[in-house]
Amino acid sequence: MPRLLAIGSEPLNLERLIGAVTERADGPTGSDGAVVTFLGLVRNHNLGRRVLFLEYEAYDPLALKTFDQISAEVDRRWPGVRLALHHRTGRVEVGDASVAIAAASPHRADAYAACRYTIERVKQIAPVWKREFFDGGDVWIEGATADPADDTARLHAERTACA
Amino acid sequence: MRVTVRLFARLREIAGAAELAREVAPGATIGGIWRDLASEFPALQPYERSISSAVNADYARMDTELRDGDEVAFLPPVSGG
Repeated sequence: MPRLLAIGSEPLNLERLIGAVTERADGPTGSDGAVVTFLGLVRNHNLGRRVLFLEYEAYDPLALKTFDQISAEVDRRWPGVRLALHHRTGRVEVGDASVAIAAASPHRADAYAACRYTIERVKQIAPVWKREFFDGGDVWIEGATADPADDTARLHAERTACA
Repeated sequence: MRVTVRLFARLREIAGAAELAREVAPGATIGGIWRDLASEFPALQPYERSISSAVNADYARMDTELRDGDEVAFLPPVSGG
């Protein structure tokens, strides 16, 4: 069976994530009514700069534990949702996917919410960094200070997911 | 005792190393290691209020006491996704 949570340099394959959340060893679970997926792509522009490619760096073992935490949070908030989350590291070209998420659920509302919540939480607490190579230079992008115990951030992600 | 310091992204570039070995006194904290590093590499100082830290690949607070052989990591603000 494909892994539910992964980080590494291999290109992302959404079909594998969908399989991971909807199938058991002997075939489809049959209990799902919806799969919602998200692909984060490398965009060719950012803040007025022409982006050439991105390079992702991660603290892999902590990233996987963080993905575990996000998955457990999803399970508590939306019981019955099955979640897969894969993030890429290394060089990712414009148009290619850097992150892939699949959420399966008996009903679509929970799958949509869990998928949106997961990408918001990745951006808040996953120890992953992107370095943008643009026309004329490169820059490390620095977003949120990661604090997995910060409940205000978690609730913000939950509100965004349920808006 | 001996600890390994892991640095990521911009912090790694400032220090010029992804990994550093450090001899520290018993009772040393993550925060103590950070202050020593920031003296050694002053360009790290602006990160004082925005870094996260980890011990042995688990997020940990700056007042966490270290043990011999621990791996300490300093993480600049994250930008995954």
